[in-house]
Amino acid sequence: MPLNKDATAAIDVRNAVKRYGDFTALKTISLSIRDNEFFTLLGPSGCGKTTLLRMIAGFEDVTEGAIFLFGKEIENLPPNKRPINTVFQNYALFPHMTVTDNVAFGVQRLGKSRQEALRRAGEMLELVQLSQFAERKPAQLSGGQQQRVALARALAPSPKVLLLDEPLSALDLKLRQAMRFELKEIQRETGITFIFVTHDQEEALTMSDRIAVMSSGEVQQLGEAREIYEKPRNMFVADFIGETNLLEVFVDKIVEGRAMCHLGGGHALTCDAVEGVGEGAKVHMSIRPERLVLSETEAPENSLRGTVHDNIFVGTDIQSVIDLDDGPRMLVRTSNSDRGKKHLFERGATAYVTMEGGAARLLVD
Amino acid sequence: MAGGVASGGSSSAETYKEARNFLLLPAWAVLVIFVLAPVMMMFVYSFLTKEFRGGVIWEFSFAAYDQFFCDRGLFGDEPCSFEWTYIGIFWRSIWQAGLATFFALLIGFPTAYFIATRPPHLRAIWVFLITIPYWVNLLIRTVSMKFLIRDTGPLNEFLLWVGIIESPLGIAYTNTAVQLGLFYSYLPFMVLPIYAAVERYNFALSEAAADLYASKWTTLRLVLLPAVKPGVIAGCILVFVPSLGSFLAPDLLGGARNFMIGSLIDEQFRGSAGNWPFGAAASMILLSMVLLLLMIFARQQSKAEGRG
Repeated sequence: MPLNKDATAAIDVRNAVKRYGDFTALKTISLSIRDNEFFTLLGPSGCGKTTLLRMIAGFEDVTEGAIFLFGKEIENLPPNKRPINTVFQNYALFPHMTVTDNVAFGVQRLGKSRQEALRRAGEMLELVQLSQFAERKPAQLSGGQQQRVALARALAPSPKVLLLDEPLSALDLKLRQAMRFELKEIQRETGITFIFVTHDQEEALTMSDRIAVMSSGEVQQLGEAREIYEKPRNMFVADFIGETNLLEVFVDKIVEGRAMCHLGGGHALTCDAVEGVGEGAKVHMSIRPERLVLSETEAPENSLRGTVHDNIFVGTDIQSVIDLDDGPRMLVRTSNSDRGKKHLFERGATAYVTMEGGAARLLVD
Repeated sequence: MAGGVASGGSSSAETYKEARNFLLLPAWAVLVIFVLAPVMMMFVYSFLTKEFRGGVIWEFSFAAYDQFFCDRGLFGDEPCSFEWTYIGIFWRSIWQAGLATFFALLIGFPTAYFIATRPPHLRAIWVFLITIPYWVNLLIRTVSMKFLIRDTGPLNEFLLWVGIIESPLGIAYTNTAVQLGLFYSYLPFMVLPIYAAVERYNFALSEAAADLYASKWTTLRLVLLPAVKPGVIAGCILVFVPSLGSFLAPDLLGGARNFMIGSLIDEQFRGSAGNWPFGAAASMILLSMVLLLLMIFARQQSKAEGRG
């Protein structure tokens, strides 16, 4: 690993393992989080994402391996000595203190004067637009407001890294969506490295610079949001992120980066080859529903015939369920617009499902 | 139709009220029979005239209160000058009870915290262990304590044998012995309410404090203690109040010089030297003082809450 890369890594997790007795919560995790980055740990509950976050915060020790903060090992630093702050899942606001005292708490513990701490708390409350609630107790605030107080409290001591443990999960949908933009905005404004933990893939995709998708204690894929969505590496990632169609295919030949495959029934399909899938392999192919087009006639390539089983209205789109003649059931999303409606077929009609170029993706394992 | 619904609503509200009053009857009965009636009896008795072999003569008199507050000389015919004897006993009792409460808190808080932080299935066992000695009668426990701490008792013999001390500590029949006895008698009353409060405490708050650069001590002082304050207060009251009125520990462990209010009152109702009105008056004064303390405390508490 080159040295200069180390210097810009805010958090560098090297071969970190976490075991509780016989149970292995994290299996040899290595990842490097850049400075000023909005980084997301995404995965279902129990995948180890919160454990990793708590190890970075210092609440759990590292069984094997090490964690570096800007090139400095932090294993022996207790949580109160790490320049890292956390926004807790249920906020953990101090119930007997006012909003201002909550926000000023960390600044004061750093040895700043009460006056300085109060000034900083005022600034932070302005940033999260809660100045008028400064003298209230947390219990007198709504969930969304408490969430912002927790954010202001964690930002006030100007941490090097901010950890956010599913901070939006307790909010209702509208508020959650609004907070996504706000969080992203605050991250850009402050330039602090955010490490965000969530099980909500939409949250991860809309906010993150980069995402690490985790499951059963391992990082399944690490990359930019677009890359993770459009080029999932394996079944887990393809299935967990967004909706997808999975087809079982046999790889016949790989020529100039293209993989010639066929379905069980013999129908030929072509797509980009990927590392880890060789000739003769039997793997899954993932195609996002919105990258499929319905038509009356067969297209020259990657077109499969089927019968329209149903059309489901989902607001922005119409989801057609197609039973393939030569394969499983497929979902096709057509935008609910005049342009899209030209591509819709009645229930029971025969139609061709065609994959857009580059839409199909072969999955490892 | 609308009228029918409205009358139906009000009648169900009345039924509810009746049912509630009926169901509250046992609670009211207990309060009247066991709290209000004895206090009223004591109040009345404190204004009666004493009968020499115990009991009272039904004749109104301030004599009991006069005896408590006024020194009227050897023959009781001088003008009232303030009597310090009983106030002194009261003051010593408050001091003793206060110290016992302080020590119970000092030991009880970490104990309660320890129990509350065990895995859930072990907590009940720890609580049970704490209460085991209290299945034995208080009198027997206090007598055992006396045997433990006397000059030739196991405690002194052990310390002499180990060589930590050269002569017996001489704790028996001192204030220390009384405090030790009170502390031991009422420790669970400190542990249990604090345990209940710490068990409900959201430990994420301690993590949040540590995350915000607070040391363990600061976290205890600024986050944990304020959060479990109601439990601490309940524990202190539960130890302080019975310690103040206790007579077993002072009698058995303290000897004559360590007389407390409890013993003073006890003496008025037992034996031939009894003076029932005086005992009742002393009880009333004690009760008023405790109530006053609690009220001042509650007042400050609500003021502190109101500040937020």
